[in-house]
Amino acid sequence: MPEIKVTPLGAGQDVGRSCILVSIGGKNIMLDCGMHMGYNDDRRFPDFSYITQNGRLTEFLDCVIISHFHLDHCGALPFMSEMVGYDGPIYMTHPTKAICPILLEDFRKITVDKKGETNFFTSQMIKDCMKKVVPLNLHQTVQVDDELEIKAYYAGHVLGAAMVQIKVGSESVVYTGDYNMTPDRHLGAAWIDKCRPDILISESTYATTIRDSKRCRERDFLKKVHESIERGGKVLIPVFALGRAQELCILLETFWERMNLKAPIYFSTGLTEKANHYYKLFITWTNQKIRKTFVQRNMFEFKHIKAFDRSYADNPGPMVVFATPGMLHAGQSLQIFKKWAGNEKNMVIMPGYCVQGTIGHKILNGQRKLEMEGRSTLDVKLQVEYMSFSAHADAKGIMQLIRMAEPRNMLLVHGEAVKMEFLKGKIEQEFSIDCHMPANGETATVTTNPSVPVDISLNLLKREMALGGPLPDPKKPRTMHGTLIMKENSLKLVSSEQALKELGLNEHQLRFTCRVQLQDPHSDPDTLNRIYTHLKSVLKGYTIQHLPDGTVMVESIVIKVSSSAEDTSTKVLLLSWSYQDDVFFCFFFVSFLSLIFSKQWLRDSIDS
Amino acid sequence: MAAHLKKRVYEEFSRVVQIPQEEAPAKKLRLSKPSKSAALHIDLCKATNSTDALQYLLHFARKPVEVESVEGVVRILLEHYYKETDNSVRLKIASLLGLLSKTQGFSPDCIVDDAINTLNNEKSHQVLAQLLDTLLVIGTQLPESPTVRQRLIEMACKHLSDTYFGVRNKCLKLLGCLGMADTPLTKDNDGPGASLGGVRDIQSIISDFFGDQDPRVRTAAIKAMVGHRRHLVFLCVCVCVQACRLLSDDYEQVRSAAVQMVWVLSQLYPESIVPIPSSNEEIRLVDDAFGKISHMVSDGSWMVRVQAAKTLGSMLQVSHHFLEQTLDKKLMSDLRRKRTAHERAKELFTSGEFSSGRKWADDAPKEKLDTNTVNLIASGACGAFVHGLEDEMFEVRIAAVEALSQLARSSASFAEKCLDFLVDMFNDEIEEVRLQSIHVLREISTHITLREDQLDTVLAVLEDSSRDIREALHELICYTNVSTKECIQLALLELLKNLNKYPTDRNSVWKCLKFLGSRHPTLVLPLVPELLSTHPYFDTPEPDMDDPAYIAVLVLVFNAAKSCPTMPALFSDHTFRHYAYLRDSLSHLVPPLRLPGNGLDLVDSRCGSGSVESAQLFLQQSLNRVSTIQNLEAPGAQDLLNFTIRDLQRLGELQTELAGAADFCATYLRCQLLLMKALQEKLWNMAVPLCLKQNVTATAAAQQILEETYKLEFLYSGLESRQVATIHHVRLQAKALQLILTARTRQGLDPLISSCEKFLQDIESFQRLFVAELPHLQDSFVDKLLELMPRLSSCKPVEMVKILLATLRLSGLLQLRLPEQIHRATATIIEPTGESDNPLRFTTGLVVALDIDATLEHVQDPQNTVKVQVLYPDGQSHVIHPKPSDFRKPGPDRHRLITQVYLSHTAWTEPSQIEVRLLLAYSSSSTSLSSSSASKLGWSDSIDSLPPPEAAVEGTIPFSKPVKVYIMPKPARR
Repeated sequence: MPEIKVTPLGAGQDVGRSCILVSIGGKNIMLDCGMHMGYNDDRRFPDFSYITQNGRLTEFLDCVIISHFHLDHCGALPFMSEMVGYDGPIYMTHPTKAICPILLEDFRKITVDKKGETNFFTSQMIKDCMKKVVPLNLHQTVQVDDELEIKAYYAGHVLGAAMVQIKVGSESVVYTGDYNMTPDRHLGAAWIDKCRPDILISESTYATTIRDSKRCRERDFLKKVHESIERGGKVLIPVFALGRAQELCILLETFWERMNLKAPIYFSTGLTEKANHYYKLFITWTNQKIRKTFVQRNMFEFKHIKAFDRSYADNPGPMVVFATPGMLHAGQSLQIFKKWAGNEKNMVIMPGYCVQGTIGHKILNGQRKLEMEGRSTLDVKLQVEYMSFSAHADAKGIMQLIRMAEPRNMLLVHGEAVKMEFLKGKIEQEFSIDCHMPANGETATVTTNPSVPVDISLNLLKREMALGGPLPDPKKPRTMHGTLIMKENSLKLVSSEQALKELGLNEHQLRFTCRVQLQDPHSDPDTLNRIYTHLKSVLKGYTIQHLPDGTVMVESIVIKVSSSAEDTSTKVLLLSWSYQDDVFFCFFFVSFLSLIFSKQWLRDSIDS
Repeated sequence: MAAHLKKRVYEEFSRVVQIPQEEAPAKKLRLSKPSKSAALHIDLCKATNSTDALQYLLHFARKPVEVESVEGVVRILLEHYYKETDNSVRLKIASLLGLLSKTQGFSPDCIVDDAINTLNNEKSHQVLAQLLDTLLVIGTQLPESPTVRQRLIEMACKHLSDTYFGVRNKCLKLLGCLGMADTPLTKDNDGPGASLGGVRDIQSIISDFFGDQDPRVRTAAIKAMVGHRRHLVFLCVCVCVQACRLLSDDYEQVRSAAVQMVWVLSQLYPESIVPIPSSNEEIRLVDDAFGKISHMVSDGSWMVRVQAAKTLGSMLQVSHHFLEQTLDKKLMSDLRRKRTAHERAKELFTSGEFSSGRKWADDAPKEKLDTNTVNLIASGACGAFVHGLEDEMFEVRIAAVEALSQLARSSASFAEKCLDFLVDMFNDEIEEVRLQSIHVLREISTHITLREDQLDTVLAVLEDSSRDIREALHELICYTNVSTKECIQLALLELLKNLNKYPTDRNSVWKCLKFLGSRHPTLVLPLVPELLSTHPYFDTPEPDMDDPAYIAVLVLVFNAAKSCPTMPALFSDHTFRHYAYLRDSLSHLVPPLRLPGNGLDLVDSRCGSGSVESAQLFLQQSLNRVSTIQNLEAPGAQDLLNFTIRDLQRLGELQTELAGAADFCATYLRCQLLLMKALQEKLWNMAVPLCLKQNVTATAAAQQILEETYKLEFLYSGLESRQVATIHHVRLQAKALQLILTARTRQGLDPLISSCEKFLQDIESFQRLFVAELPHLQDSFVDKLLELMPRLSSCKPVEMVKILLATLRLSGLLQLRLPEQIHRATATIIEPTGESDNPLRFTTGLVVALDIDATLEHVQDPQNTVKVQVLYPDGQSHVIHPKPSDFRKPGPDRHRLITQVYLSHTAWTEPSQIEVRLLLAYSSSSTSLSSSSASKLGWSDSIDSLPPPEAAVEGTIPFSKPVKVYIMPKPARR
């Protein structure tokens, strides 16, 4: 039986450095190539030595597919392609291709320039790596080679995030990457058709969570910002440059528009400006509202949101500032925070999760006095709010996706083991399909039962259609006679005559014969006649012929009567039939015997 | 029959074929109406190839065919059909056959045989499909003929096994449409056992195709079954089961149709009991169906989602706990139960703590959940609306909101529950959705009382920059119930803020406060000192009376005071003065109050006590009194009419509910009065040359009556055919008067003859229109005329005029019977106000846009009838048709016109005023056709098949006060 093997090199029962190897139908595919945020050593990148100890990966991998531009899904890409060595195609969607290098460059800068690491990939490597990228469009089927084809589906989550269907012959795997089943302010919801893959590899970040509606959170967020602005306070929103930041911008922008507010909104410059540029370009990847209205006005052409300048922080009056980074651990957001922390009118809204040890984490936990470098302390008087805006599917969303795709097997990655365990149980219970959750380096194997396509000649099909009863009857499978020819890797079903012709063989007929003795005083033709009339009355609906040469034919069964030389009343019946009619003959014979042993027959015999 | 037909067709050709041969002019005259069929025949004969023939056919299809020639045309088409080898031409012919059989007045039974015949010989699948479609048309045209139907059904069954999906589709459609007509047969149980069997068969035949390989055929099968089901009452559980299986079909169209089928089933047998698979329990079918459709709200295709969401709204019989499940949402975080934001808000409110949301762990999960109890796949109806309202496509969200409203209107407790969700929708990104949810909330607001936190969220929307949203919200607040005085205070505060930010909302905000006050008098009472800033010891400064905010507060307080007699005691002196002022200037907002002392109360109490019933009675009495007038020339009649008109007008002013009716009567009576005056002139006895001067008044009167009748007919809504007949009657009288006057003034017979003919036509059309009403018109002018009709149509004009005059003078006053509700269409231009002294300056030759904002009441179909007229000082006038999208419908019988008109003019030396007003356009022909709406059905039915009676009279009625706008076109600078 053919097998599909899935081995996570990263993201197996873990979040971070997503990297999953799939071998399907003799092809090896790498799904995502990410880095782990939590480590600074070798564990940061997936262990590519699993594929090969030395040498390049090109010969072991048929293609690499990147689902979206988050670093935990693409961070190790230049390392893999340039430093380990891979020259094959790398597939990603257009927006991912556009934004990915910006993030990689930023990441490189921080690691090399700020932290001073050596032996890291260079800008040139990023460029070289991006040259190997082949862009994908949504719902476009791309032939990687003759057998392997891939197709991208919309996944929500971030701009350009895609789910990928990988197909070899009739076997297929769907990898979701990160996805979101509820639409947000700038992106739509993930969607897939009923493609019934053999394996659905799904992320499971929120395997044990069912979230409240987005609207409540949005409303709370807007209300808080609005109240603070009305009081004349300043609002700081620390964000990461991409993804949520754009969602919040849209949210505030439309709110400002709706409510006719005048207070300025600023956005810290740099990375984000570049990214916003791409958001403007890739309108087709956004949600319904933005797509429909961009003709009048591109929603990412912000009217109220302006670039931030360091000096603005001291301006009087209310304002809203988006600043990076998101956890208040360094950079502009921290600087602004320090400036504004003293005033209780001001507010800071943390839109995401904060890692332990960061200032963000501390203030979220209610710490009101912060120790800064240089032994100074900072009194935190401003209001601290927490708003979760996360774009992963929750447990219900995952189940919904499974329902949409109807996979034969499930495989969970990108989540914590305990949580996966719960979801696994649920999936097995609800859908009664197998669910796997391999750890890193562990291989999950799924045997498939692929259907084998066979060409059938049109004539044969039409003939069989004409034979059968009225259409349709999908419940009853119908048997048909034909000859299967296997020739040069292709299968063909043709009628037997054609097969004979093609193979240059003569047709042989196989017939069975048997003799039956019976007592009958009549003459031979009379006996035959009586048999004929009887059969005619019994076997209605069959063609029964009395041929002039002294035989009776029922379909292909031939009946002949001859009397033995010594006793004219002992008749010998010769029966002959072809092997195709074997089954029918049994039936025929039974009815025939009933004729012989029937009283009618006997009485007639006695009478005469 | 056939022979006869042949002959006829033959005749038709032979006539045509003869024209070019014999050039006899006499024959040409006879052929002024060339026969359609003949022309077609020639065209088709001329066609050398199939494209040509197709062109001819296409061209032919554009023109209508008269009933008489349909049959001939059909014959010719069929003839060509047999000859034609090209599929596309045959296809077109087949479709034309279908089209022709639809011709009104043509009975297609004669072509059934031929159509079936062609069907048997046809090889092409496409043409087959089209022929079946034609048969379907024929079948639906002949609903009473069971034999035809039986034959058609047989044909359909025969072709069901076709390999082409289109043919199977059409066969199923045919079965679905014609099978249903068997219902009457199945009712009598004895004879038509066979047909009963036949019907059963049809059902099972159709259901066989639920499993067809082609999704289009599956869809057609379901649709056929749905069509079938509507008229048949059979229950097969198997159909249910099949339907449910189809809900998970791969194709969206199939799923969508299946949703519809499940819905139909649930509506047919809501109470039957179905077993739940894998358990012993049983539930009602409607609940089961509800659950299944709810499940479809999270379908992959948005079309299906929309359909499912819409369908849910119409399943009102569903049981309560199922309904409430649709809003159910169990939250969980790391396997711990979490409360939803809604629950938290409610808890905060009940515990008395003010909303914080300030803590990070505010929404921290509570108890640990048992993993076995968590149900991730919503079984049944769980959370259907939660999904629907969060959907990606706004179409789905709107459908869900609408469904919520329908369900909530029928269940108070559900309304209570869905409140939070609707309020959430106020924050949707698409304005349409926001607006819709506000409207929905208004509709269900009778069931609910808003909590403070909910009100807070609702009021936050008041700052929306969209005017529609704000106004919808004001409308909502008008109907809301709130629970505490803090809520009132909050609402007032927010409304004042709104007023401050958008001063144009003034009227709307005041109205809103009016309702708020009158709904919650007891809640306003404790707030009064604060609101009016009175102090027990000190005199506070008198607020500025022109401040809209202060007026707003006063409106709230006065309306509350209406049903709270203790409140006026808290007012300070100036408040009373302000009351008097406001009562006069904004009487629609400030109710009459019973105030102590002040002498104000007598006026108010009197008109307050006048109930609608007594006014109604008075109205009726006045009308009865008028009806005593026997003859138009009776003495004292004029005085009586004069008084009654005056009374009615006053009544209309006093009793707004009856304004429409009173106005209507007054106008009607005025018409009568005018007529009376015109007839009473002594002039009728004078010689013609002497009475020229008097003639002028009479002519003017006739003209005026005509105009008034149009007003009567088109300005008032709620008229029944009886009243319309009366109005037309008056019009006829006016026309008669006009005719008489023309006869007297003009010399020469020719114009007189034509106007006489026209008048006779008018009488005829009157008779035709109001056949049903004629019995009520006894002894009237028309009644007498109709008696004299034979004489009138044969006599000479002069004699006719004499007869008319006599009848007119003798005819009595037709008594006006009032329908229940008559409303006069009114329009008020809110903007421009006409108060501005600053002229609107613009450069000559360019245009300037003038914003117009008007409310229209009781206008039917304003998109087509309401126009804006701009009148320049030089007498030029422009009529502008506003776009249909400029009309909004804030409430029943109310429309709002917000539009821009473009002005332009040549240079003026100084600013001057232009007039802007609204016109109501009417057209007598359009109304007789469009009036099939509701009330006038009675007589529009009868004229349906007849050509429009007369040349349509079109005109406009100004129905708003003109507003003056100062403008100043400046000469262009060089």
